[in-house]
Amino acid sequence: MINLEHVSFRYPHSAPIVRDVGLSVNKGQVVAVMGPSGCGKTTLLRIVAGLLQPYEGRVQLFGQVIPYEQATKLRELRTKMGMLFQFGALFTDMSVFDNVAFPLRETTQLNERQINECVMQKLTAVGLADAAQKMPAEISGGMARRVALARAIAQNPQIMLFDEPFTGLDPIAMDTIASLIREQTDALNAASIVVSHDVQETFSISDYIYVMHQSGIVAHGTPSELTHHTDPFIRRFIHGREDTLVHGGHV
Amino acid sequence: MSWVLNKLADLGKTVIEKLLHLGYAMRMFWAMLLQFKVWFTRTRLVTRQIHFLGNYSLVIMVVSAAFIGAVLALQAYYALSKVGSEAATGVMVTLSLIRELSPVVVAILFAGRAGTSMTAEIGLMKSGEQLAAMEMMGVDPIEREYAPRFWAGGLVVPMLTMIFSLVGVYGGYLVAVRWLGVDAGVFWNMIHENVNVGHDIFRGSFVKSVVFGLAVSFIAVYEGAQARPTPEGVAKATTRTVVKSSLLVLALDFVLTALMFSPQN
Repeated sequence: MINLEHVSFRYPHSAPIVRDVGLSVNKGQVVAVMGPSGCGKTTLLRIVAGLLQPYEGRVQLFGQVIPYEQATKLRELRTKMGMLFQFGALFTDMSVFDNVAFPLRETTQLNERQINECVMQKLTAVGLADAAQKMPAEISGGMARRVALARAIAQNPQIMLFDEPFTGLDPIAMDTIASLIREQTDALNAASIVVSHDVQETFSISDYIYVMHQSGIVAHGTPSELTHHTDPFIRRFIHGREDTLVHGGHV
Repeated sequence: MSWVLNKLADLGKTVIEKLLHLGYAMRMFWAMLLQFKVWFTRTRLVTRQIHFLGNYSLVIMVVSAAFIGAVLALQAYYALSKVGSEAATGVMVTLSLIRELSPVVVAILFAGRAGTSMTAEIGLMKSGEQLAAMEMMGVDPIEREYAPRFWAGGLVVPMLTMIFSLVGVYGGYLVAVRWLGVDAGVFWNMIHENVNVGHDIFRGSFVKSVVFGLAVSFIAVYEGAQARPTPEGVAKATTRTVVKSSLLVLALDFVLTALMFSPQN
């Protein structure tokens, strides 16, 4: 479903932010891209979303190369994708219901009764059916993230992208979001990419993990493979252990 | 020698960047012109923008028009009375307003009142990733957010210009007739005799105000879309909207006046 080959990206006149990255995600898989802040995770996700164009390499979605230069085709492709932004990106002048209904009203021919049914189904799936008429300013950060998730899955996407879904959430909300990501990926048989630096929650829902550091991928494997990884950086990132601190290049 | 080469390289870089921005702006302008269909396909959004941009700008326009009309009448009366032509106060106020002041002042006030809010709104949508979210849902922000504002601005500015002219003339009437004693019949009759609907109102006021409205709305939307997604970036973008819009309106005013009213035409 998602396939990246030797992808590199940089802004004009600056150093590469993503360097020679390759990864693939199949149907029904949750793949995580992890790494410390500033390593290029979010940029990589934006490349997969077609929001940024790599200067090198190839990105394929559904077996076709992303048509960056053809806006209409790109938009068509995106109707089969859902993305959860770091802070939800809810439309502040619309109610929770209207936020979730937005992609359906804009991109489908469904009538209001069908939209109503679909929106309430998605809101129920994220446990927020009661908040349908509230405005984004009236709900908590965790609830906003769940509304954004409901909106991201409103079109039953086959590819789902999650940008730091756990940032700024309390442990209970984090757990809820993590479960929802796994459940929705399974329910829709979608291919999901989760970008995060939250080890515990991400490991609990991922099938495969890529670890990024300094713009490139430095390790990849299943959660259990990475847990037993011997590389000092990986061990430190995953376990946060003092004994793996790097001093002057020596562990 | 290397110092000179470095300076040349910097200059080249700046020129290329400016040209890229200009090219991007022209593409966006063209894309918004092509979205004329929003009048029919996004009627509710355009109407909402007309209400937002027009109604909320009305008070500042009416108050400014009344004072500008009154001041114009005072100055015109002062100058014309020296040559015994104070009866022409009304027509001087009216022609000054219709052909020059109304379109220009309305466009500049519109840039300050409505243009800044357009820029801030779009800039904040960008910094809140709402525009990116829209793209990800397969919705074109140009059609959904930019074009309704752009075309609404193109309608609202001419409407406000008409209101501005009417209120300005009435402000001039109050000063000239009620205060300075110009005969009311002469005041209105000279306006009636000397103001040409096609020449003065359509070309002088309407054409200019449509062009100014579209220009200001475009700059406001463009600056919002180009704003850096930070509070400081949005603040700078709103400032740029006012500065660029004001300068562009004055430049366009000269060009349009030269094209429409030069003696050769």
